[in-house]
Amino acid sequence: MKKLINDPQNVVAESVEGFGWAHADIVAVSFDPDFVSRAGGAVAGKVGLVSGGGSGHEPLHAGFVGVGMLDAAVPGAVFTSPTPDQIAPAIAAANGGAGVLAIVKNYTGDVLNFETAVELAEADDIEVSTVIVNDDVAVLDSLYTAGRRGVAGTVCVEKIAGAAAERGDNLAAVTAVAEHVIANVRTMGVALAACTVPHAGQPSFDLTDDEIEIGIGIHGEPGRRRIPLAPADDITEMLLTPVADDLALAAGDDVLLFVNGMGGTPASELYIVYRQARKLLEARGVRVTRSLVGNYVTSLEMQGASVTVLRLDSELTALWDAPVNTAAMHW
Amino acid sequence: MTLDVAWAVDWTRRTADEVFARRSELNELDRQIGDGDHGENMARGFTAVIARLDALEEPLGTVGDVLKLIATTLMSKVGGAAGPLYGTAYLRAAKVSATPALDAPGVVAMLEAALEGIVARGKATTGEKTMVDAWSPAVEAAVAGSTGGADAAAVLVSAASAAELGAVATIPLVATKGRASYLGERSAGHQDPGATSTAIVLRAASDAAAAHGA
Repeated sequence: MKKLINDPQNVVAESVEGFGWAHADIVAVSFDPDFVSRAGGAVAGKVGLVSGGGSGHEPLHAGFVGVGMLDAAVPGAVFTSPTPDQIAPAIAAANGGAGVLAIVKNYTGDVLNFETAVELAEADDIEVSTVIVNDDVAVLDSLYTAGRRGVAGTVCVEKIAGAAAERGDNLAAVTAVAEHVIANVRTMGVALAACTVPHAGQPSFDLTDDEIEIGIGIHGEPGRRRIPLAPADDITEMLLTPVADDLALAAGDDVLLFVNGMGGTPASELYIVYRQARKLLEARGVRVTRSLVGNYVTSLEMQGASVTVLRLDSELTALWDAPVNTAAMHW
Repeated sequence: MTLDVAWAVDWTRRTADEVFARRSELNELDRQIGDGDHGENMARGFTAVIARLDALEEPLGTVGDVLKLIATTLMSKVGGAAGPLYGTAYLRAAKVSATPALDAPGVVAMLEAALEGIVARGKATTGEKTMVDAWSPAVEAAVAGSTGGADAAAVLVSAASAAELGAVATIPLVATKGRASYLGERSAGHQDPGATSTAIVLRAASDAAAAHGA
């Protein structure tokens, strides 16, 4: 596997340093401990938003630091959650005196490390509230799993909660908005080929040329089942149907349709997926009133895509439309 | 016999050596049912642990001091699930080992505290295909050994062997905690990486005790 890297051990640090220089008008980068925060620091009186997780999902999360979205992002090693001694200072850097919301994707490591960091921050008298994003319908949310994973729907949570914080909502209200998004967003993904973690040097799972993996997460872990390659429309239906069913979408519902690339799939193919997903939603009488298509929550160079649907109401739509200025999302 | 600070340091160095030697094996086990980086994360953690041990200007006073150094380093360097779980295990073990040397009941108390910490953090029980499936039989074997009059080194031999058997016994299990649980039935047929690294840690403790007593 060829990679455009130097020493595999320095991938995250060198990438974050370049990111900081490229977007110096939007972000500031701290090293040792490593985290990314807004240029200009915390906004006084505003609820701070912090997220983080393993690296390899760029532009998540650092690409979403900026006005209207996150105040700080904490990158771990590739596909490995950051540590409490990184997360706690990021929470402090995001605190403008109105408390901090931590947005955590539901992976065992992320949850454990954020729990510890929040305890440290609270010991420093910072008010912290935590939401756990668990939008992945591929995983059964039962006693027999670690619960549904947090995947591409995280972008919706960060954007909308970020807008609520920016308009001046207090910590309880921003938390409630984030929970409202989490309750109404679902995702399912597919991989056509696995990705290769830089220091591992071999693909994170094995797929033959004519197999695809349905129900993947975003850390290179295998999915729920393996099937033969099929036309894009068929695969899209396998992704959209469980998402729409889980949300119990009904005729007349308004939704955001988000087709996310995993890093190695061209935009043209993402639009083929979007086209079919939209047709399927409209066949149910569901109105797609907002859309997002592109690489937002990636798994390194994995080939594949995920389909996310967020059920919208007027408030969520207004918050989605609110201005945002980050490295990866801007309107 | 008792196991002193020199033993604890030797245990730590042997653990690091074995983690480095078996880094690829741990990665490969994790690749089958997780995300393929357990060996990498453990190696990064123990590299930092050894660096801190080497940088000490004065020797540590108690077994607990050594374990606490490991705990804080793993918590700040490992990340993932392994960092908080091993970090908590070593931290709880350190709290009950604030003494210059451990006898057999002391070793048992240390292992019990480690297991309690892992269960408190990870909320897993036996049979869920996690490191608990190695720690739990290790603690049971240690208790049985100590109750039967075994010395500290013999207690660790029993614990290490039980952990190794426990790790192998995870192969047919279906994971219900941690990242492997996402695979459902497909997680069966693979040995759990965390249970495997647990067996490495406890075998290193036993080997260090054998070398120490000789």
